Order: sequence, then C-alpha cells, then structure tokens
Amino acid sequence: MIAQNVAFWIIALAMAGAAIGVVRSTNVVHAALYLVVVLAGTAAQYILLAAEFVAWVQVLVYIGAVVILFLFGIMLTRAPMGHDTDLDTDSRWPAAVVGLFLFGVLTALLVDAFGDKEIVLHEPTRTAAVADSIFRTYVLPFEVVSMLLLAALVGAVVIARRD
Amino acid sequence: MLDLAWIIPVIPAASFVLILLFGKRMPRGGSEIGVAALAAAFALSCLTAYQWIQRVEDATGAHGALSAFGRGLRASTGEEVVVHPVVHGFTWFQSGGMKFQAGIQIDGLSVLLLFVVTLVSLLVHVYSTAYLAGDRRYTHYFAALSLFTTSMLTLVVSHNTLQLLVGWELVGLCSFMLIGHWWEEQPNSDAALKAFFTTRTGDVGLMIGIIVAFFAAGQTFDIVATNQAALEVAGGHTIWLVAASCLLIGIIGKSGQFPLHTWLPDAMAGPTPVSALIHAATMVVAGVYLGARVYPVFWEGFSISAGGVNAMALIGGITIIIGALLAFVQDDIKKVLAYSTISQLGYMVMGLGVGAWTAAVFHLFTHAFFKALLFLGAGSVSHSGSHHSFDMKRDMGGLRRYMPTTFWTFMVATAALCGIFPFAGFWSKDEILVTAGQGGFTFFLWVGLIGAALTAAYMTRCVYLTFFGEFRGHGEPHESPRAITVPLVVLAVFSALAGLLNAAPFGIEKFKEWVEPTFAFPHVVHPDFSYAWASVSVVAALAAIAAAVFWFVREEQLGMLRGLTGRNRTARAAYTFLENKYYLDHLYTGVVVGSIKGPIARAAYWVNQNVIDGVLNGTAYLARRAARFTYDVLDQGVVDGAVNGIAAQTGEAGGLLRSVQSGRIQRYALLLFAAVGVLSLGLYVFN
Amino acid sequence: MDLNQFLILAAFLFGTGVYGVVARRNGVLMLMSVELMLQAVNINLVAFSAFLHDVSGQVFALFVITVAAAEVGVGLAIILLIYRNLGSPDLDRVEQLKG
Repeated sequence: MIAQNVAFWIIALAMAGAAIGVVRSTNVVHAALYLVVVLAGTAAQYILLAAEFVAWVQVLVYIGAVVILFLFGIMLTRAPMGHDTDLDTDSRWPAAVVGLFLFGVLTALLVDAFGDKEIVLHEPTRTAAVADSIFRTYVLPFEVVSMLLLAALVGAVVIARRD
Repeated sequence: MLDLAWIIPVIPAASFVLILLFGKRMPRGGSEIGVAALAAAFALSCLTAYQWIQRVEDATGAHGALSAFGRGLRASTGEEVVVHPVVHGFTWFQSGGMKFQAGIQIDGLSVLLLFVVTLVSLLVHVYSTAYLAGDRRYTHYFAALSLFTTSMLTLVVSHNTLQLLVGWELVGLCSFMLIGHWWEEQPNSDAALKAFFTTRTGDVGLMIGIIVAFFAAGQTFDIVATNQAALEVAGGHTIWLVAASCLLIGIIGKSGQFPLHTWLPDAMAGPTPVSALIHAATMVVAGVYLGARVYPVFWEGFSISAGGVNAMALIGGITIIIGALLAFVQDDIKKVLAYSTISQLGYMVMGLGVGAWTAAVFHLFTHAFFKALLFLGAGSVSHSGSHHSFDMKRDMGGLRRYMPTTFWTFMVATAALCGIFPFAGFWSKDEILVTAGQGGFTFFLWVGLIGAALTAAYMTRCVYLTFFGEFRGHGEPHESPRAITVPLVVLAVFSALAGLLNAAPFGIEKFKEWVEPTFAFPHVVHPDFSYAWASVSVVAALAAIAAAVFWFVREEQLGMLRGLTGRNRTARAAYTFLENKYYLDHLYTGVVVGSIKGPIARAAYWVNQNVIDGVLNGTAYLARRAARFTYDVLDQGVVDGAVNGIAAQTGEAGGLLRSVQSGRIQRYALLLFAAVGVLSLGLYVFN
Repeated sequence: MDLNQFLILAAFLFGTGVYGVVARRNGVLMLMSVELMLQAVNINLVAFSAFLHDVSGQVFALFVITVAAAEVGVGLAIILLIYRNLGSPDLDRVEQLKG
C-alpha cells in the first residue's frame, strides 16, 4: 500500500506542476510538452487504479494523437516559437479566483462526502471485462460514438478546407 | 237619493273634465255641458231635499210633504223628535293607523245648501252664456264654474272636517281663477291674488282649529262625533274655546268679516256672474256654513248661552257697521253690493254668535237669492245699459225707463235686502234681531237695527243713482237678452216668497223644522215672534229710505248739508277715512306685508349672493386649483416622470447588462464556471 | 489509497483547466486547458470505477477519451479558420457577437 501511495504522490505532484505549466507557460510549445506530462501522469494514475486498458488507450490516443494535433495546430497558426509574453487575457485574476474557488468548493464537497473512503484493489481489471461491458451493455453508445468520430472527422476536414 | 247624494258633486266634476276636453269643439263652447250638468245636479238636489223633508215629516208623524204649506204638526206624543242625518263614508286612505274618510252627511243644512248652490249656479250658467258671449276664454270660464260648483258641493255634503277643508281650499282656488278671469289687466290679477292670500291667512286658523277639534273630539274628524263631544264639553272648556277661536279666524277670512274683509270689494274685478255666484251666494257663505255645521263647538267654546258679548257676535257686529258705512262712499255699483255683502255676512255671523242658528241660516238662504239677483241685475245694467261700466255716477241714471225687467227685479231684491215686509229679508233679518234681544244680547240687537237702517239708506242711494234721474251715460240703453232676464225673474220670485218658509205669525215654521238639526245640537233659544220689534225694524228701514230719497230729491232744503265735506274739515276727514276703507289696505300691504317682505327679501338676496354664490365660486376655484395641481404635479411630474424614469432605467440597465455581452467566449466561460461554483456551493451549504 | 486523493487531484486539475480556459489568449492553448479538464473528469471516473468495482466507469472514460479526440480535431479546425480569417489565433479578436 505504501508503495502505491508514494507512487501516487510523486505522480500527482508531477502532474500538478505540469498542469500549472500548461496554463502559465509563456512558450506555446512548452505548454504542449507540459500537457504531455499531464497526460502521461494520468495514464500512470490509471495503472495505479488497476485500469490498464484505459491507461494504454490514454497513451495511444492522447499522447499519440491529440498532442500531435496540438503541435500541428501550433504550427499552422504560426504561433511564435520561443517566449511570448502576450499569451494571457485581461481576465487573469478573475480566472484565478474562479479557478481557486471552484477547487475549494470541490475539495470541501469531496472531503465532506468521501472523507474516509478507501479504494481496495484486488487485481487489475481484466480487459475482457471492459470489452464485455462495451459490447454488451454499452453497445449503443459505442456505435454512436463511432458515428460521432466519423462526423468529427468529416467536419474537421470540411471546416479546415482551403477553398 | 239621500244615500246617493254623493252623485251631486260628481256631476259638475264630470262636466269640468268634459268641458276641458271637448268644450272648444262644441258649437257653444262647452256651456251646453255646464248648463246640462247643473240642471241635472239641481234636479237631483231637489229630489234629495224632497226626500229629506219626507224623512222629517215621517219622523214627526205629519201627513207628508204636501202639508208643508199648511200648519206643521208636532209629534203627537209631544216629546222631542230626533231625526238623524244620513251619513255615509268610506275610507279614502290610511296613514299610520289613522283612517281618512270621505263621505256625505245629509241633513237639513246640507240639503238647503245643495238646493241654493245648484240653483244659483244653474242660473249663473244660463246668465253667463249671454253675459260672456264672445269672451276670450269662454270655455275655460265654464270649466272653472263647474269646478267651483263641484268644490262647493263637496264642502257642503262632507261629513268630516277634512273633506270640508278640501272643498274649502278648492273653492278658494276657483275663486282665484274666476276673479282673475281677465288676468291680462294687472288690477284683475292683483285682485285675484289679494283674495287668495287674504282667505289663505284665515285658513291658517281654520286648519289649526280643525286639528284642535280633532283632538278635542277624541281623534276623529267626523262632524257628528265632534258635535257630540262638544256638547259634552269633553276635555274641558278651554280646548273648545281654542278650537272655536281658530275656526272663527277661518270664517273671518272666507266670509269677509272684519278685519279680513278687504279682499271682497277688490274681487269685484271678476265677471259679474262670478261675483253673483261666488261672492254673494255661495263661497262667502262657506264660513257661515262651517259655523252652522259645527255649531256646538262655537256654542260651547264661546259660551253663547251665557249672553253678553262673545267674539263671534262682536266680529259680526263690527262687520255689519263697517260694511254698511263703506257702501255709502262707493261710486261703483258692484262695490256697493260687495260692501253690502260684507255687511249681510256680518249679520249671519252675528246671528250665529247670539245663538240664532236658524235665523242665521235662514238669512243665508234668503240672502243668496236677493244678493245674487242684485249682482245679476247690476250685470244686466252694465251689459245693456252703461256700456260695460259699473260707475253709477258717470254712466248710469234713469235706466228704469229703458230696462223695466231689470229695474223691477232689482227693486224686489232691494226691498228684500232692506227687510221690507213681506219680502224674504224681513223674516230672516228680523229673526236675528229678535233672538239677539231675547237671548240676552241687547247690544247686538241695537247694532243689527242700526245696520238695517244703514242698509236701507245706501241701497236707496244705489237704486236712485242707477235707475232714477237723467241718463248720464252714452250709447243706447236697452233691455238685456232673455238669457239674462229670465234668471233675474226666477230669483225675484224666490226673493219675494222664500221668506214665507218661516213666517212665524202665520204659524209656518217649516224651515226650522226641516233644517234645524235635532241630533247633536244645543238647545238654542227659539224666540217668539215679536210684533213690536218687527214693526220697529220695518219703520227704521222705511225711515232711512225716506231720508235717502229726501237727500236726492229735495236738494234745496238740504243745502246746508250738501257740500259739507268740501267745507268742513272734520267731515272731510271722515269722508276720506271712509274713502280709503279705513286705511286697512294700507295697513295690510304697507305695514304688515312690507315689513315682512323687505327684510326677508333682503336676507334671501344676501344668502344668494354670499352664501350660495360664495359656495359656487369657491367650489369652482378649488376645482381649478385641483385641476392645475393634477396636471402639473401628478400628470407631468409623477406619472410622466415614472414612465420616463422607467424607460431611462431600463435603458441604463440594458446598458449595464450589455457589457456582459462582450462577444468573447472566454469571458462567457468565466462567468459559466463562476456560476457553477456558486451554485454548487449553494447546494452544498443549504443541503 | 484514499479515494479522496484521486478526487482532489482531479479537482485541482479541473480548477487549473478553468483558469487556463479563461486566461489563455491563444486558441490552441485554450484547447489544451480543456484537455486538462477532461483529464480531471477521466480520473474521477476511473477512481470511482475502482472504488465501486464497477467496470462501467472505465467504459465511460474510454468514451470520454474518444469524444475528446474528436473534439480536439474539430476545435483545431475552427481555430485554424479563425487564424485564417482574423490573422491571429488570438481569441480576443473574436468579438463579432458583441452585444
């Protein structure tokens, strides 16, 4: 147990720092890389939570595809390489307030609700179970999501076409 | 007919309505309806009288009406016979527990008046068809005559004082209408108003008297009941004295007694037939009729049985003298007759006052005939002799040669009025004097005697100026048409013979038997016929006539007395005093009316200008102020301000909210997340 | 392991993501912040799935990942359009719907 806790805390701290890096970095590319750290950390947390399949999908999809998308986006929008001081809007402080506020409320709620609950894991989740669940119970959302992906794909192509 | 006598007043009422509705379209302007109605009413009155006489004769055990002119018989048992009047009434309306009745009471007195009123009214109707031919308001005149007759008949047959009051007021109204028949001329309408107001003043006393009698008689208006209560002196003597005094005031107003006699001479402004009907024979005797009707009230109230002096006899006596004196200084023949009427009414009232009930009523009966005849004769003279003028000195004289019928009928009437045997006036007037003497009213006996002498004197003057001497007028005098002369002759017959109904020395006491009530009536004095006093009165009258004739015929012997008023200041003053009718008119209009009228009129004007106008102006001013306030403050300021303010505020709020719509999604996102946080916090806190 | 530690970590990520969405001017950076928020959601889902021993949570997390990927694709296409039309990926420039 202790090992997991330690692992959790290390990963958590890394993720937290990287998150702050995403939103506070003055370099766009650096922000993207920080995001990679966050994504990776999330995957690690999944493994800690015995959700191996999800963790690998996370890595595949997010880090493998989404981040690439981001980088292409940065490239295509001619984001300045290097330091750029003008990356924040005027409403930084209200945003900070709101963000902190939200965090505070959520924390209070969570502490109040799940103060002493523990996660007890016996074994890692079997992928077969996940597959079962997808293709039996949630087959309809699965199909819909497939359609959604198709639509998003087509839509993105249509939107971004240079006519 | 005794029970159905209520039909008699209804017939002229129907004729009144019919004349108003159809009179203008009829060939003779509605007079046919009037004459026919009165003829019918007269016939029914004769029938009623006949039935009443039958009733009395049956009760006294006599052999029926045909023995009327034979010796009267008393009931064989010798005891007093009581003949009850025929009374019928129905409840007219009810108010607060009181039942107000209307009905008839037929006894000798009402039958007598029915006869007189319908007869004289019929004769006047016939007379008027000729006298008022071509008049501007011919139809309305006949309608008013019918209405008057109805009212008088209602008064006469009424069995309660309230109905009597109704008839009383109605005859007053008709008198006003008829006196003011030619109201386009100011003096005529003035005279009508004067008559109305003066009698109205007396009516105040009448109404109070009726109410007092009502309570004294135990809350009833019924005349028989009132008389009975009076005879028993129910409730003490004082209340009956009060009732009698108040009723006397009504009599003074209506019957032209001093001091409310001033309207009667002025009432001569009306057409002569009207004067004959209303102011000689019928309306003015309404007061005397009242006195005779509720006689026990006066008998007990004024303690007439005690003799001496009482208010009623005194008023009557004064009236006799002042009326007679004023008749001497009149040039207008109708005014002479008017004052003569006043004087004769004084006789009647005085007669009632001295306890001579039968005599007074008898005098009423005979006076109706000869006074109406005198007036109609004067009318005939003016119609055909003096070119519609009544001025004796200027336009008449020597008319006996041109108008013989008028002259002889006039002479008969004059003789009756002067009380010359055997004409009607002798019997009636004489009986009053004798009753006064034998009832302990010696003072009034002398008053009556002096009055008789004066009457003879002024009538002689009047006759002389009109019918003797040289004709001083202009135009061609001629006899009047038959419609005028026939009534004159009829009345002359009555004037001559009516007195014989109560000729005591011949043993005829029919009048007394038939008319004097036996039920609810005090024991009045029935004097024996006194040859002594009869002779004295006749001699006095003849002497007065002789003196008057002497005055006019033998001028030279009386040279010293002629023109006395021109030379002697005292005589002049006395003459002026008489000429101005004792300055009573000045007293009434100037002092009494003026002193009331002036301050009241000024006070009313002040109230109108200051109070009423003040209120109005003040209200208007306040209304204007309120309107301005409403406009300026409320409408412009508050309402418009509110509306404009709301619009401005809305604009500003919109402007404020507009800044939220920045168009920048990140701002929106901020707001979104902030709201979510707040909501969740809220949910957490309030859960 | 406490359940809460995962959840609070997720909350932190979410708050940071909110800050980033509002505060970052560049459209791409904003999308990255959205990704942060989605990560937070996923962690929540999986943590509860582990806590409740119910595999549905993981299934949902998979779906979220899928949708997120689709969304990023479309979103970047839009950002590209914005860049092309307005000359800069600055989201402050997009205020045509200003009221």
